[in-house]
Amino acid sequence: MSNLNKYVDAFAAALEVAPDQVPSLVYGESPSWDSVGHMTLVARLEDAFDIMMEMDDIIDLSSFEKGKEILRKYDVDI
Amino acid sequence: MTDMDALLALAPYGLDREAKQALLTRELLALSRHHAAGCPEYARMLSAWGTDLDRIQSHEEIPFLPVRLFKEFSLKSVPQEQLYRTMTSSGTTGQQVSRIYLDRETSTAQSKALSKIVASFLGNSRLPMIILDSSALVSSRTQFSARGAGILGFSIFARDRFFALDESMALDVEGLKAFLSRHRGSPIFLFGFTFIIWQHFYQELLRLGEKPDLSAGILIHGGGWKKLTSQAVSPQGFKAALGEVCGITQIHDYYGMVEQTGTIYLECEQGHLHAPVWSDVTIRDPWDFSVAPMGQRGLIQVSSLLPRSYPGHILLTEDEGSLLGEDDCPCGRKGKYFTVFGRVARAEVRGCSDTYEHT
Repeated sequence: MSNLNKYVDAFAAALEVAPDQVPSLVYGESPSWDSVGHMTLVARLEDAFDIMMEMDDIIDLSSFEKGKEILRKYDVDI
Repeated sequence: MTDMDALLALAPYGLDREAKQALLTRELLALSRHHAAGCPEYARMLSAWGTDLDRIQSHEEIPFLPVRLFKEFSLKSVPQEQLYRTMTSSGTTGQQVSRIYLDRETSTAQSKALSKIVASFLGNSRLPMIILDSSALVSSRTQFSARGAGILGFSIFARDRFFALDESMALDVEGLKAFLSRHRGSPIFLFGFTFIIWQHFYQELLRLGEKPDLSAGILIHGGGWKKLTSQAVSPQGFKAALGEVCGITQIHDYYGMVEQTGTIYLECEQGHLHAPVWSDVTIRDPWDFSVAPMGQRGLIQVSSLLPRSYPGHILLTEDEGSLLGEDDCPCGRKGKYFTVFGRVARAEVRGCSDTYEHT
């Protein structure tokens, strides 16, 4: 599975939305992406890419696009 | 105002009095101007007091707002469309709750400040976390109690979370043991509210005769002592009792409130609550509101550089405390350190764990 597929799957599973809706998700605005969804999302992303995110990056993870930028710091290219 | 990221890059307990007071005065004045421009009610209060911000020399001269104003008024300093979350305080039934309006910038700053403060106690790596509370608190997506919000705010420090209490507040001893054996050899972060910990963790372990090994645990707890004081449990007694039943020695109380989320006052190894670099504590005489000297008991004023979306940067609480010292705590942290005696008589009863009524 490509990194993009893994990335989309992590969002879709954690936030319980269809994969085609994932790119428009924004933290705090999309109903399922609240604080609880956020922790689930972080756990899914960490599992999917076998990484351990730093606290600041978890706080900064605020949109689908921003997440790609953050994962680059962990040598994950989406 | 200084860029928030630049402020947040400061070490949480790194500035001595001179540097910190200069920073606070500069930033709190800038924040006051920002709020006066964005919040008409705040501007009217400043002008009613005859405040001329241009003549103020120290941040302690800037008027404070009584914390209860946030119960009576909707105070915000940014346009409605920029708001994205409203925090409410933990008022019990029948009490009015505070409403705190957050935009993204303020909310993110709160999370980051909290993470820097807690990381300075726990270290930078995320630890396995035991939440000494009920999983039911975060099961509803739309409605969080202040307890649920507190748990979520601290959950960011975790990499594997376990709720020690089930939905009916019963201690899950087997789950706890399994979690501890999964993370053997690692420091464990524990979080909970003081009274809940006492009632549903400590007393249950005692009753069951269980002694889980939490000697590698670091507990952060808050919510106030009111209910424990009424059971004649002192902070020292709390620590000693927990140590006895599960071997935990690193226990840190914290003082904080929803009106200034993020800048919490964590208790150091010496038992002192410390003001982080982004906030300050001023003790005021309850009769004339003058600044009380070191050691004198009075009302606690909290000032924080984080609130930008609501004018809650300088608040007079209804709690009593006294300053213990500044820059010279044996733990090495700079800034003021103090102690809290609790809510003043006849003030409203409030506090996170106090909202929990045991039936």
